[in-house]
Amino acid sequence: MVAVTSWGRLSSADHLVASLRSRFDAGEVIKATKPGIAYGMGRSYGDACLNPGGVLWETRGLDRFIRIDIERGRLVCEAGVLLRDIQEMTIARGWILPVTPGTQLVTVGGAIANDIHGKNHHSRGSFGDHILGLTLLRTDGEVIECGPHLRREWFCATVGGVGLTGLILTAEIQLQRVSGPWLNAETIPYQSLDEFFELADGSSSEWEHTVSWFDCVSGAGRGLFIRGNYVDVSSGPEPSGRSISVPVLPPVSVVNALTLRAFNSGYFNIGRLRAGCSVVHYESFFYPLDSILKWNRIYGPKGFFQYQCVVPRLAAKEAIADILKAIAKSGLGSFLAVLKTFGNRESQGMLSFPCHGVTLALDFPNKGKNTELLFNRLDAIVGEAGGRLYLAKDARMTRSFFEATYPRFQEFLTYRDPGVSSAMSRRLMGY
Amino acid sequence: MAEQCARLWIAGAPHQIILVGRNFARAEVVAADLRVRSPVTNVECIEVDFCSPEKIQHLADRIFSGGAVDLVLIAHGVLPDQQQCQIDLNACGEALDINGISPVLFAEAFAGHMEKNNSGTIAVISSVAGDRGRRSNYVYGAAKGMVTRYVQGLQHRLSGTGVRAVLIKPGPTDTPMTLHLKQQGARLAPVQRVAADIVKGIAAGRLVIYVPAKWALIMNVVRHMPKVLFDRLNI
Repeated sequence: MVAVTSWGRLSSADHLVASLRSRFDAGEVIKATKPGIAYGMGRSYGDACLNPGGVLWETRGLDRFIRIDIERGRLVCEAGVLLRDIQEMTIARGWILPVTPGTQLVTVGGAIANDIHGKNHHSRGSFGDHILGLTLLRTDGEVIECGPHLRREWFCATVGGVGLTGLILTAEIQLQRVSGPWLNAETIPYQSLDEFFELADGSSSEWEHTVSWFDCVSGAGRGLFIRGNYVDVSSGPEPSGRSISVPVLPPVSVVNALTLRAFNSGYFNIGRLRAGCSVVHYESFFYPLDSILKWNRIYGPKGFFQYQCVVPRLAAKEAIADILKAIAKSGLGSFLAVLKTFGNRESQGMLSFPCHGVTLALDFPNKGKNTELLFNRLDAIVGEAGGRLYLAKDARMTRSFFEATYPRFQEFLTYRDPGVSSAMSRRLMGY
Repeated sequence: MAEQCARLWIAGAPHQIILVGRNFARAEVVAADLRVRSPVTNVECIEVDFCSPEKIQHLADRIFSGGAVDLVLIAHGVLPDQQQCQIDLNACGEALDINGISPVLFAEAFAGHMEKNNSGTIAVISSVAGDRGRRSNYVYGAAKGMVTRYVQGLQHRLSGTGVRAVLIKPGPTDTPMTLHLKQQGARLAPVQRVAADIVKGIAAGRLVIYVPAKWALIMNVVRHMPKVLFDRLNI
């Protein structure tokens, strides 16, 4: 048995880890060790990738590329390949992943299972929108090839299905043509939520990537709006390639009321001074935190939650304002606060998170009861506005909240693999 | 381990690679991956019986008839169940064959060709387990001890020639071979890091490479520990 944590470090339970090393043997392994759940890089924050006391199918060993069509930018690979490895391999050949999250240290299988989104949801949708096909291994030995035009129901259940339809073995990905690794990026400070919405709406047609950091302490909704487009330049800054690691687990969270206020205020003011345009490498633009290894340790031994919700566009202004107020009032929260608008493209997955609206993501050190009370208040606002929480981040929503906010869950249940079970599936679906 | 080394080699420059494996289809999976990573790299797969001296000799002759080889990395191995080896001499014999005799035969077959050409490098993956026999896995340790002693001899034989033999001794590493150790919660070095150290060590011209480097120190202590103390350790 091995102690395994997810990114939020909220628990560290023993698991039986079965490593998958070859796509030819994977079917046998999962059949012999079921029930279990696939575990890639453990970058989901809550319990989607955990199965305390049970089996994890570790997919990192399934990290082979299978073939690439360099003319059309189509890559077939095993599900344990990291997004980073794909981009390092394709960028010099003029291709990049069309959608990536805030870290490239996740597996392809994880990106599909959580139907991850990035800063360009308004222009390119989510990860599942660029999957041309995938192979799903069921624990009874069945192999299901599916895609947007092939056994589509299986595809829609698996994209965003948090690993519960079987083991994703391989996938074919449509890459995006780019002229090089650089983007033209612009940072614009904003002082209120209204300004944020103006910036977001005004940027959505001209800018492929938009995101914003907000100051969760101020309550006013001030922050920094960041937008970027790939740019055709012959040279630009390279990523430093250096990374630092948080070397030890501090005895308590280093994020507290004092450091939080100082950081947010400092970050906003430095950002304001540095505002303007610059050419940046895609790694520094998309994955600034990847250069700080194990940053999740800063929250101490109790771990942290990330609360990420989306609220539909019509109700968004009011709901986001209410959420910001509730957070500011609680004095909880963290530096990692993100506000972003999603486009009106409908997600394919039955349990996909994105919908036309506004998403807010914020880390919270685990302070037990106080944190939970705040989350309940936020849930009420989100539920009232017709929004939902992101399964990749969630560790605590109730089954009834899930059922009320994911309308296709009943349909999804019929595609579940009875030999797959996770802490999350037991919490939200009963088994 | 060899697969990870190959990925690093082809990332730097185009190479011509021949993968020799016990199963063609499995080698082809690795080859396809390397071809995607480096379209300018040529990868060929050959299946061979790893325990047949004739077939190994034939393989080396065939490969060298296609031109000289700069570097041979011999990396195969199977971690046997020590308990099983003690009660079943067949299991014991197989473990000694695949981990000890087989790598020696490969190295010997290629060494002859390289010596004739007076150029090339033969890198052989042995193990820290070969440095001192321990009750928990001395059959595997004995096979690896044989490989270690063999490469020492080969280095002696090749001194003064243009051929180099490199002895690589990894500590417990996260590879398919150590799956069951991992399930027991053993701390294993990531194979990517071990491969990076191997590639660096070979490029730097080192003759003995412990990976990760801390194992040189640890094994120095283990080798020199007095028997009375050593016998009390359950390792």
